[in-house]
Amino acid sequence: MSKIKKTLDNVTILFAGDSGDGIQLAGGQFTNNTAFYGNDLSTLPDFPAEIRAPIGTLAGVSGFQINFGSKVFTPGDNCDVLVAMNAASLKKNINKLRERGIIILNTSGFDKRNMRLAKIPDSDDPFDNFDLKNFIVHKIDITKLTRERLQNTDLEKKEIDRCKNMFVLGFIYWIFNRSINSTIIFLEQKFYNNKNILNANISVLKAGYNYGDTSETFSSRFDVKPRKMKKGSYRNILGNQAICLALVSASYKSKLDLFYSGYPITPASDILHQLSKYKSFGVRTFQAEDEISAICSAIGASFGGNLAVTASSGPGMALKTEALGLVFMLELPLIIINVQRGGPSTGLPTKTEQSDLLQAVYGRNGEAPIPVFAPSSPSDCFLVTYNACKIALKFMTPVIILSDGYIANGAEPWNFPVITDLEDFEYEFKKLKFSEKFNPYLRNENFVRNWAIPGTKDLEHTIGGLEKDNDSGDVSYEPENHQLMVKIRQAKVNNISNFIPDQKFSSGSTNSDMIIISWGSTYGVIQSSINELKKNGYDIAHIHINYIVPLPKNIEDILKYFEIILVPEINNGQLIKIIRDKFLVNAIPLNKIMGIPFNSHEIVNKVKSLLN
Amino acid sequence: MKNNNYNLKDFANDQEIKWCPGCGDYSILKQVQSILPNIGISKEKIVFISGIGCSSRFPYYMNTYGMHSIHGRATAVATGLKSSRPDLNVWVITGDGDSLSIGGNHLIHLLRRNLDLNILLFNNEIYGLTKGQYSPTSELGKTTKSTPLGSIDNPFNPISLSLGADASFIARAIDREPKHMRQILIEANNHRGTSLIEIYQNCNIFNDGAFSKFTNKDFKKNNSIYLENNKPLIFGDENDKGIKLDGIDPLIVDLNDKNISVEDLWIHDQKSIEKANILSRFSDINYNYSKFPRPFGIFFQKKRKCYEDEMLNQINFNFTEDDLNKLIAGDLSWNIK
Ligand SMILES: Cc1ncc(C[n+]2csc(CCOP(=O)(O)OP(=O)(O)O)c2C)c(N)n1
Ligand code: SF4
Ligand SMILES: [Mg+2]
Repeated sequence: MSKIKKTLDNVTILFAGDSGDGIQLAGGQFTNNTAFYGNDLSTLPDFPAEIRAPIGTLAGVSGFQINFGSKVFTPGDNCDVLVAMNAASLKKNINKLRERGIIILNTSGFDKRNMRLAKIPDSDDPFDNFDLKNFIVHKIDITKLTRERLQNTDLEKKEIDRCKNMFVLGFIYWIFNRSINSTIIFLEQKFYNNKNILNANISVLKAGYNYGDTSETFSSRFDVKPRKMKKGSYRNILGNQAICLALVSASYKSKLDLFYSGYPITPASDILHQLSKYKSFGVRTFQAEDEISAICSAIGASFGGNLAVTASSGPGMALKTEALGLVFMLELPLIIINVQRGGPSTGLPTKTEQSDLLQAVYGRNGEAPIPVFAPSSPSDCFLVTYNACKIALKFMTPVIILSDGYIANGAEPWNFPVITDLEDFEYEFKKLKFSEKFNPYLRNENFVRNWAIPGTKDLEHTIGGLEKDNDSGDVSYEPENHQLMVKIRQAKVNNISNFIPDQKFSSGSTNSDMIIISWGSTYGVIQSSINELKKNGYDIAHIHINYIVPLPKNIEDILKYFEIILVPEINNGQLIKIIRDKFLVNAIPLNKIMGIPFNSHEIVNKVKSLLN
Repeated sequence: MKNNNYNLKDFANDQEIKWCPGCGDYSILKQVQSILPNIGISKEKIVFISGIGCSSRFPYYMNTYGMHSIHGRATAVATGLKSSRPDLNVWVITGDGDSLSIGGNHLIHLLRRNLDLNILLFNNEIYGLTKGQYSPTSELGKTTKSTPLGSIDNPFNPISLSLGADASFIARAIDREPKHMRQILIEANNHRGTSLIEIYQNCNIFNDGAFSKFTNKDFKKNNSIYLENNKPLIFGDENDKGIKLDGIDPLIVDLNDKNISVEDLWIHDQKSIEKANILSRFSDINYNYSKFPRPFGIFFQKKRKCYEDEMLNQINFNFTEDDLNKLIAGDLSWNIK
């Protein structure tokens, strides 16, 4: 039978199943394939908090959402397609499906046992328990079909069942009219030393694909429009990956060895994992005994003249606090990355939140301003991290980068640079000129002190956390000197605003009806909300702040044009405090603190309520 | 390895020393300044990293590179410095509170990693800088400002702790035996790996006389024993006492006794961790051992791989810009024309 082809602008698929069902892998494969196909995309993985949550339960549901098409800003609010491998995953996600959306169900995942584990009452037809009438439902016994396909192999049942995700993937490839080759190449690399498993996976992948052709299930296939992207080379990138690539690039361009230290913590650990693979690029990685040691060892490395970096998440950042004060006082370059997660305390380790902003900006004893930068998307992590390295070295200062779980694990296409196109670094190791008197705290026109590293002749000196005299650099408790030093260190950080880009409008202009101010991972959803609003005749300005400390100089001017200022944040209102404090404006908060990103309708509704 | 260009003065500077007159820290500073001209290392390659405490002011008084860091973390700072700059000669200066209380975690991890650096643990059995609270090495029952009724905290034994953490060089010295201290400092510096020297240091303001048993002329010889490798354990006013091993039990014997000869005595063997463990117990913390003289010198030394060397072994610096461009492009990239 010949099938009809339809062309769509955008599609959102949610793969859901038990955490043992290989959902993340299938989602990741579809993502790569989609990027390669030329779609714009954005993804959102949703892991269970427990490593081995009980099979079949709601707690064990793993999800992977991808939104792809011609123009994409977020992983999508509502899904067009939901793949549910078992009862729990359907129960948890059915409310995310739009009306007339497609559900693909693995019927063996709805047997009595799975229904019981998902805490759904027993009934003759398990599907009676779900309100499915508004959806297009396709029931496929994926488990059975997979087992049939592999019945003549000598794999164990467990190994066979693990191939189910390939059936789903193959079938989805068919629906969206894709080639399965990218996944075959991937499988060949992954299972190069296990031919049986490799062949089984490929065989089931093909079975899933062919199932689309041969079964009568689907009468139509879909083409999703690629994005018109500007010329260049592209790849898919996750936020944490982009950070690592930026660090290695910065190390190369600055000609400084990279020293990275960290203590495992979700969702920052992947930075440690990935940099540990880059030893062939001159990278030293150090798994410290705790976060205090992680930052202190990095401070030691920085003292020694390395590009030193440490990363963590909320609880680990709390531990690093005292040492942040030290490195601020020493005036040494250091990059500190906080991949934020839901707090406080252990909070929601696998969920996203923007709630460490005030900690980054203010969370130290004494007057200790530290630059704080925040990327707005996975690919933006590269530029922000690279610039953070530049600023840290040029100004002899720690720089905090605030990423979050959503950016860290989200993927999007990235127009990547080549090394020669990256900006050069400006810093120097002090060398003594003839008859010059050396003092480590002598400053240049930007208030930046001398960086003299151990091993340099005649520049022996001791630095420390005690206040020092502005002239001699010796320890000093003089009242006037302390006030002067506090002011100088503040002036140094303020002056950085002369070296960061002016704030640009992401949408709208000074003539727009109102302005939205945001930071971090909310960029995408706010952009798509504004586009939606535009269709309804609203003209909304948007500035998305990458440089929070110090703020770009022109923000004050921008704000003068607006009476209505909305600040949406995934926290209980943090940037808004800074905005109100700095500019004395009556900004209005919009807060979501559920461990998940905004939906665009939440922003759209708020804007409408403010303008109507 | 005399480095002829230097003398003690080259390592001193013009900073006013702020320790209390009579403090044991002065002696340690002087001994360190006197051995550095002789270790064959250029001044600019030497770095002192300290935590916080009276003792941790030390780097300010040295004419070398230095960092006065934060309380308990000198070990961690030094770990980062030495692993990224193996060419440097690194010394950690720390107090008993700094290294064993707030910084206990980093200390044991540094010892197990075995970076090639030297830790000078100034043990005055008190918190000096904060004006006299008991420390993790203060004895049970000690009355201080924070223990008016006597301490109920069982103290740490730094030597046993280091043995437990698999340290590769463990020694003890005392402020009032400068010559011995210099010898130990040199041995520690020659050792490749982390060297821990516990240095008994009198705090004459808050814990005066804590070590007088080992410094007072009248009885120091009966209360202390100076370890020398491959030599029998002999001590006492007249060098008339010895220590014998009966299985794993040490015994004090009288060398005037006709039935005892020097050949029967325990021969110190720095390579034996078992013997070092027994020796380390010779202290007042362990009641059964409190009658034994306190050992000074090198308890234990062994060759073990250094973290920074192993780290370097895994790293390759010879990559090209092209390699890096490939890394950035990843396995799957595409062009839009
Ligand atoms: C985080 C922190 N907590 C507490 C202190 C206060 N403090 C400074 S030194 C010290 C103890 C010093 O004792 P020790 O390490 O034995 O050094 P000493 O002064 O005896 O040489 C304390 C508790 C501090 N500086 N930092
Ligand atoms: S308080 Fe004690 S340890 Fe501190 S300087 Fe004075 S004597 Fe030395
Ligand atoms: Mg002390």
